[in-house]
Amino acid sequence: MSHLLREHAPITEASWQLIDQEARERLAPSLAARKLVDFAGPKGWQHSATGLGRTHALADAPVEGVSAAQRRVLPTVEVRAAFSVARSELSDADRGAADIELGALDEAARHIARAENCSVFHGWESAGITGIADASTHDAIALGEDCERYPRHVARAVEALLCAGVGGPYGLALGPDAYTAVLETAEHGGYLLLDHLRKIIGGPVVWAPGVRGAVLVSQRGGDFVLEVGEDLSIGYDGHDSEAVQLYLLESFTFRVLTDDAAVALSS
Amino acid sequence: MGFDQYHEPADELTPETRTFARLCASLTEEAEAIDWYQQRLSVEPDRDARAIMRDAQGEEFKHFCMDLEFLLRRTPLWREIALGILFQEGDIVEAGEESEEEATEGAAARGAPVAGSTSLGIGSLRGSQ
Repeated sequence: MSHLLREHAPITEASWQLIDQEARERLAPSLAARKLVDFAGPKGWQHSATGLGRTHALADAPVEGVSAAQRRVLPTVEVRAAFSVARSELSDADRGAADIELGALDEAARHIARAENCSVFHGWESAGITGIADASTHDAIALGEDCERYPRHVARAVEALLCAGVGGPYGLALGPDAYTAVLETAEHGGYLLLDHLRKIIGGPVVWAPGVRGAVLVSQRGGDFVLEVGEDLSIGYDGHDSEAVQLYLLESFTFRVLTDDAAVALSS
Repeated sequence: MGFDQYHEPADELTPETRTFARLCASLTEEAEAIDWYQQRLSVEPDRDARAIMRDAQGEEFKHFCMDLEFLLRRTPLWREIALGILFQEGDIVEAGEESEEEATEGAAARGAPVAGSTSLGIGSLRGSQ
């Protein structure tokens, strides 16, 4: 039995399939970081930290005549989003109902995806994670309100990366407001702004809930690593006569390996 | 229609294992098709026919890779071993031995299942938008 305790839940195999599939479908569009950075793992629930290959000197030692250094590691964080499912809905699912109410799962999926994106792109100080935008050595470029000027700003960001010797293709994580504005906009001649941006960067433009403004990142690989212990999973917390309490869970950490391989475009 | 991909009673297998078996069968079929086209290409003298076969073989390459990627996403240990072998330079057998040893020892130490992980199997989404 795994730590998720799924076997203890009063949920049939068919309903577990339904819940897992709904979670996958809701999570995949929102997991922007996984579309743009390297993914390492899953390394399992017991994976607790990533070795950084570095040390820091210790000021003291147990005895005289020795010096000491301690290995530096980046601890894994556990992120959990609780939700519940009505038992009556699960019973209906087992009868073959196709319109099962899983709104709380959908909301939990949005929360945990945003948490992953925020950590990767903007960091999580108390967890020791530095985000891509914060780590960037390039000056942030103001995105502004006029999305018809986005191509100019993104082209400047591309130029900054090229000048730093970071070749393409590049990927663009766009916050929801900026993404919607891009989708709604056609430039002179009817050319879709989204297509124009893709041509400039040579890579994907990704809807990225949790991202403020936009972040242009190298897609050559080896620059950013999302290291996952337990990949996104659903576990069981408890139940009563009305509902089953479940949760979405993942453990991960994130490292920027090349701090000049991205440019933040601030909102 | 046969159900040869199942070696145990199908109704005793979980839906995940049945899906896994179907994709394994599909992977085998794609590999066979690649081989068939390779053999046809080696003996076919007609240039136009060869172009069609080469195009068809390309489709089979794609299908094989998609099947493989699905199976690797659903099987963390397989994926970990593959990472040490695929697209690596140097001696293939040596890479295989090292990758297997590192991955199985690491998985055993973590108590990870060999197949049928309880996660949602999402992993990397590179290449999807």
